[in-house]
Amino acid sequence: MRDVDVAIIGGGPAGLAAALGAKKAGADKVLVIERDRELGGILNQCIHNGFGLHTFKEELTGPEYSARFIKEVLSGDIETSLGTMVLELGSDRVLKAVSASGIQEIRAKAVVLSMGCRERPRGALNIPGSRPSGIMTAGTAQKFVNIDGLMPGREAVILGSGDIGLIMARRLALEGAHVAAVAELMPHSSGLKRNIVQCLDDFGIPLMLSHTVVGIFGKDRLEGVSIAQVDSSLRPVPGTEKLFPCDTLLLSVGLIPENELSKMAGVKLSPDTGGPIVNESFETSAPGVFACGNALHVHDLVDFVSEEAQEAGENAAAYAFGEAFSGSSAEVVPGNGVRYVMPFSINPKKVKNNMTLRLRVTAEKRNAALVVKMDGEQVLKRKKMVFAPGEMETISLSGELFAKRPNISRIEVSLEDK
Amino acid sequence: MLDVIVIGAGIVGCAVARELSKRKLDILVLEKGFDVASGATKANSGIVHAGYDALPGTKKAVMNVRGQRMFDKLSKELGFPFSRCGSLVLGFGENDRRELEELNRRGRINGLSDIAILGREEILALEPGVGDSVTDALLAPSGGVVSPYEMCIALADNAALNGVKFALATVVTGISQDGDGYRVQTNNGEYLAKVVVNAAGVHSGEISEMAGGEKNAIQPRRGEYCLLDQEEGGLVSRVLFQVPGKMGKGVLVAPTADGNVLIGPTSKDIDDGDDTSTTREGLAEALEKASRSLKRLPRNKIITSFAGVRAHHKSDDFVIEESGKGFVNLMGIESPGLSAAPAIGEAAAEIVCGILQPEENSEFCPNLEPFPKFRESSWEERQRLIEKDPDFGNVICRCEKVTKAEILNALRNPIGAVSLDAVKRRTRTGMGRCQSGFCMMKLVGIVSEELGKSPLEATKHGGGSWILSGPIKEALL
Repeated sequence: MRDVDVAIIGGGPAGLAAALGAKKAGADKVLVIERDRELGGILNQCIHNGFGLHTFKEELTGPEYSARFIKEVLSGDIETSLGTMVLELGSDRVLKAVSASGIQEIRAKAVVLSMGCRERPRGALNIPGSRPSGIMTAGTAQKFVNIDGLMPGREAVILGSGDIGLIMARRLALEGAHVAAVAELMPHSSGLKRNIVQCLDDFGIPLMLSHTVVGIFGKDRLEGVSIAQVDSSLRPVPGTEKLFPCDTLLLSVGLIPENELSKMAGVKLSPDTGGPIVNESFETSAPGVFACGNALHVHDLVDFVSEEAQEAGENAAAYAFGEAFSGSSAEVVPGNGVRYVMPFSINPKKVKNNMTLRLRVTAEKRNAALVVKMDGEQVLKRKKMVFAPGEMETISLSGELFAKRPNISRIEVSLEDK
Repeated sequence: MLDVIVIGAGIVGCAVARELSKRKLDILVLEKGFDVASGATKANSGIVHAGYDALPGTKKAVMNVRGQRMFDKLSKELGFPFSRCGSLVLGFGENDRRELEELNRRGRINGLSDIAILGREEILALEPGVGDSVTDALLAPSGGVVSPYEMCIALADNAALNGVKFALATVVTGISQDGDGYRVQTNNGEYLAKVVVNAAGVHSGEISEMAGGEKNAIQPRRGEYCLLDQEEGGLVSRVLFQVPGKMGKGVLVAPTADGNVLIGPTSKDIDDGDDTSTTREGLAEALEKASRSLKRLPRNKIITSFAGVRAHHKSDDFVIEESGKGFVNLMGIESPGLSAAPAIGEAAAEIVCGILQPEENSEFCPNLEPFPKFRESSWEERQRLIEKDPDFGNVICRCEKVTKAEILNALRNPIGAVSLDAVKRRTRTGMGRCQSGFCMMKLVGIVSEELGKSPLEATKHGGGSWILSGPIKEALL
């Protein structure tokens, strides 16, 4: 058994920023545990650009973005344990990890959960049909193409318009494959607008909204899929099926925060985000266990992951030094048209300069406004032309609002008509 | 000339082959798939039936009870996952109560003395999650669950270690009598054998026909299933059947030997015995029917769905007989075929030995050396395993906690895996909640390196099931 101040589980963008945050806040022994052979997480396979606009005010590729953090971590007296997978985490913050050199037992004063997320597979959608090769998640295909330099196929259909699916549509097209269509069950895309323009429109790839795959054909290798329109209750409309010959079906149908370890540690999860329920300091229901990145909730932009994770790391260090994060808090509630708001509770006394809320709306809405109410009193209204579920919204509340209301019990965010 | 050719390396063929390997015989198993266990054996309910269902006096009844009693010993010798968790046939009201009493009566004639009819309170004490409309149930403590493909692979590996040869990807195209034996034509040449055992499952009708048997003896009958995440493993602790109907035992909800929950099967006659497609209607039907058995059916925890095709014989019973001189037919081995398989293996071996009168194989070893499973090992064992072989510290499948050492072992076994699905069935790599999203690339790397092939040659299940089409930039050249 060895002791550390802050143990960080996962060395992707969230874990890296959390490590830097913890170090900056003065933690002595900071350990990043990463199951892969290198740091950087999913960014290593995201070789497209568009990362870092908020953080660095320039457009970087995924590896470039993570390299900046990795460089800082490696030169910053932070220990990293690669090729190491945490298999057990207790609410006492003792964890067990495995690597080629054996089993390690580590007791941490504070833990940061930054395990990222996984992609929803075919089975979760229960798409009927045969079970040939050629069906994989968009992220798996991205790994094959960008890390191994190998193509998953030549004629593709993509189900789901999540960002990875959109990025992969372009990637396959750039490599000479034909992408016949992107089918999206919902009447709106779950990806960023800029990705629809840059990855589909610019390459002439059709986006079929309110459509889904209803059949899969081929015994050995995929030979085609059947795509049908869906009605307003998302049920396929009989007679609208159309056959698309293809050898590859990529799935980009949702990301699920990875929280097997969180559950082991007794961390309460939210059914709305799939991630831990955290307070303003990113502390979960298990004291001293903090969460950030896509393990907390699925982000669109890595910049926000880094921002959140750094704070989570700072707070983890503070906890290791003895600061307590409990105390009376206001609950943060998603109101009309809002799917979830992060964080789930705010202790006004812990709010420093300002408080960032991140949220997603439930459905696309035009000419609307986000309204924040504190104990029923409207304190902020932000208008926007279009709100879309695919774009995470950020609201910044000034510290003053909280300083004036140290005893509020409820903060509600809702989407209302302008 | 070979002594015996067994056609089909499913659970029946492998049980026969292993049983025959106890004698001094030259045995070859022909299998058209790229792995053993690649037909109905890999896609069924994985249930070891107690044996109350089949009509007394039928081969199904006799073989079921005899076979299920062999599982404890067999699973110890061969190390496949098996649990005698017990089963309940659920009844919903007065009519079902009469059916349950009939099953109880049949079961007792078939030789089961420990079955009992329970009322709702007693059922709830055992299975608190059953649906509100459940009124009665038949409890069979000797029912169980098994991993059918792991059992089949273990039988095959053990048979191979005891001298049986296997020819995979070998399709029988013709059979003719040749002197005292048979000439079996395949896509990979001809074989001569004194005795042929037809264990070709859903294709056993075609094989029998090649040797002069009657036409269309087998009706392929497809069943569709959904599998739930291990997170819901506590949903049921016994196999929950419903009172059976004409087309089979109806939809069940069962724990699997590996800790998931299985829902299914439907039952539909189809023309193509190889058509294991699932359908929207079939999956919906399975879930709809199963929802009666449970208070809560977590549809959002489905991680995969699949279909298997059983071989229904028009006699509605197993066929286990020497149909022509030296030609043994094992046909119609649908449910409870898995439960009966060890007994069918013995019965078929008896027929073959009656013909060939072979000597005992004094070197026969009934055991398979167990290979450690990381996920089931204690922390101390894990540490020792890693010290011996660092590949035990390299977790490839994060969902099921499968290490590189176990994958390499699957590739090096007597019936070595040659495809991703074959590795999956031997190790559970890719069977978890991410369904190989994370490990597929690593697995392709390990498999191709170990087999000395390019990743471009890696397949999902052999043949044309390639995974990667070529290097990037190729299409642009």
